[in-house]
Amino acid sequence: MQFVQNFPFFCIMLTLVCAVVTSVLKGRQARWLTMGMITAVTAMTAAVLVYTLTTGDSYAYMMGHFPAPWGNEIRIGAVEALMMMVFCFVTLFSFIGGMVPSIREIEKTKYNIYCILVDLVFLALQALVYTNDMFTAYVFIEINTLAAAGLVMMRQKGRNLVAGVRYMIMNLVGSSLFLLGISILYTITGHLLMVNIHESVAALAATGAYKIPLTIVVALVTVGLAVKSALYPFEKWLPGAYSNATPTVAAMLSSLVSKGYIFLLIKFYVRVIGFDIICSLGVLDVLFIFGVAGMIMGSVSAVRAKTTRLMIAYSSVAQIGYIFTALGLRSEIGLVCALWHSAAHAATKSMLFVSCAEMDDACGGTHLRKHLRGAFYHSPLLALAFSLGALNLTGVPLLSVFMTKVTLTQAAIDVGGRHMGIVLGAVAISTLLNAVYFLGTAMTLFIPTKEGDEVLPPTVRKNPFTTAGLIGLMALNLAMGLLSQPFLSALAQGLARFA
Amino acid sequence: MAKRKKNPWLNRMNDWLSDEQGALEREMEAAQEQAAAPDIEKISPAEVRWAQEEREEEARIEAAMNSWTEQKALPFARAMYNLLCVGVCLTMIVLLLYTVTTLPAFGDPNHPINNEVSARYIENGLQETGAVNIVTGMILDYRAFDTLGESSVLFTAAMVVLFLLRKDRDSAKYSQLAQSMEENPHSDTFYEPKNDIILQRTAFILVPIVMLLGVYVVLNGHLSPGGGFSGGAIMGAGLILYVSAFGFAQMRKLFTYKTYQRIVLLALLTYAMSKCYSFFTGANHIHSVIPLGTPGAILSSGLILVLNICVGFIVACTMYCFYAVFRKGEL
Repeated sequence: MQFVQNFPFFCIMLTLVCAVVTSVLKGRQARWLTMGMITAVTAMTAAVLVYTLTTGDSYAYMMGHFPAPWGNEIRIGAVEALMMMVFCFVTLFSFIGGMVPSIREIEKTKYNIYCILVDLVFLALQALVYTNDMFTAYVFIEINTLAAAGLVMMRQKGRNLVAGVRYMIMNLVGSSLFLLGISILYTITGHLLMVNIHESVAALAATGAYKIPLTIVVALVTVGLAVKSALYPFEKWLPGAYSNATPTVAAMLSSLVSKGYIFLLIKFYVRVIGFDIICSLGVLDVLFIFGVAGMIMGSVSAVRAKTTRLMIAYSSVAQIGYIFTALGLRSEIGLVCALWHSAAHAATKSMLFVSCAEMDDACGGTHLRKHLRGAFYHSPLLALAFSLGALNLTGVPLLSVFMTKVTLTQAAIDVGGRHMGIVLGAVAISTLLNAVYFLGTAMTLFIPTKEGDEVLPPTVRKNPFTTAGLIGLMALNLAMGLLSQPFLSALAQGLARFA
Repeated sequence: MAKRKKNPWLNRMNDWLSDEQGALEREMEAAQEQAAAPDIEKISPAEVRWAQEEREEEARIEAAMNSWTEQKALPFARAMYNLLCVGVCLTMIVLLLYTVTTLPAFGDPNHPINNEVSARYIENGLQETGAVNIVTGMILDYRAFDTLGESSVLFTAAMVVLFLLRKDRDSAKYSQLAQSMEENPHSDTFYEPKNDIILQRTAFILVPIVMLLGVYVVLNGHLSPGGGFSGGAIMGAGLILYVSAFGFAQMRKLFTYKTYQRIVLLALLTYAMSKCYSFFTGANHIHSVIPLGTPGAILSSGLILVLNICVGFIVACTMYCFYAVFRKGEL
């Protein structure tokens, strides 16, 4: 075994140890420790990525002295490493970019707890991406839920508390459905390790035994994880939680927490049950319908939203609709598209949240779109970052979300029939609506203020952290746009070794 | 009016005795009179009437609009909501109950869970982990990563609760909850019975026994049913009983926020570090130097005893911390 294969395990343990040590640190030390930890994890993940891409293989790593069905194990391949790489960059840059607002908004003496919860969300994300065991997945879902609910309530205002409680309740519904699902799955297969469950399920599917419990399991896990990742009819907890939180938290919740659940769902379909069996069960058709509905309804709500942050939050609903629509197409390209859009959306949405929150402060602590007029002329970097994100989500060529739309359309044309018509129509309508609200807001930033317009003085000074974070996020987005083809082909190749 | 004196307190006393109004009340009354008498000369009577009619019209329209919503729409929506809730719950119940009937029978020898996984736990568990209690061997050795995660769940929950409820130097500036607690400091602890002699005598006898039982359950986790989680819960209950009988002031001589922080830090770090060692050696197929000892002896089963103690400390402290923070807002 090569030494680099230990790195995912080092990352997980390092994150956990940092979270524990942070509990006795003061705010400033906690901040630097967390930043150093995320940087170290990013560097190690890069090494793992290079290793998995060069060998083109995936490997299992034993967590303890006992091999897999008895002990725990994690499994790392190109898909996991690629996704984790994007998530690491997003965490690092959104933590740095949102640092100054977080220092201002969070109670001074409890700042270290904010760092702990960031660490724990990051820990849970890594474990969800790497795990090869259903019960380990559940344990880290619990950590993710609790820590994320705590992060929503970081500002301790009335709205945040309400949003946090709502977030908690909806997410616990999701967790409990997931837990019910895996306990029934354990009863009919006798395993918790994903690969072993897959063997048993294949045998069950061949004999036709336990068809009803199997269908129920797939339904429970799907609904549970869909509730937690805010698929359209279950999205009511999302706008409040995302729009009121401090920018780092909004960025992490929208781009990491929900994507961790989506990645787990894809893993459940491909590695645990097997994609052929899932396709024969009809659950993907339901996801397809709700995904398409989400694409349009999310955008409609975003057009109607009063504040920019609420608009970005609702646009997340639309983008998650894209992911589930791609999943619902029942094809390999659809799967690749879903994975790619999880990464692309994570990079874009975190940049939008960070830049928008900072821009609100630069325009006098406003929340309204009209006060943002002419923001480009006093804070050009923020406006450029916001516009880049807006152009990206609208689907301008050379950027990452454009590739999503191309791949999604391609997948739909391959499937043909009714699916093709629905997807083409939904993509067209959604793109149009995206253009209305995103480009509208982005253009406001470049229109100079007239005489007599109300100009509010900025409530914050420009600072190097925001600049560094936003430049990092912009570079990440541009890189993903330019390298989309190699990224997509690596995902497609990695998917073969993912199951 | 009596003669005004230099001392304002005496003046006020005088006013009160002679039933006179003070300066403040006089001012307030004057302000009220001013507000009560608007400038009517500038408004013509016709305008007043129009304004009156407009207001009445608006009120009528609003009442008409609300009457439909209040009498028809709201009750309908509420009824539909309740109906849907009951419907969804009933569907879930029926669906899950039906699923249970299709599952393999409990205790069936051909049950899918009777496979090579549980066979190895039962047959080789004692040799491989050194723990007589197979369950402890499973959760703290075979599947230690999951249990490390579970301990972190407790840590996460404790951190969130401490963040939201613990009163700190300037909590009132940031949180409405802390603000209301500051305005009304006696909300809970003020009215509780203090120095209840029956409770104190009972606790005096019970607390040592409860704590000893907890320690026993933790230390014998690898030999008999129990372990860190259950023993820690017992010790936490002992701490809570002690604090309800003797009060927080007494408890703080022994256990403060700092103590809590240090114990949890030390326990979780020991846990994480020992598991780092065993995961690393396990995955790289390096022989572990930790001896398993004689099964059945108290010092046996390798790291399991240490881990049980760590988990016990974490659970006990977290339980007490929840109680104290929910009760009083501080440790």
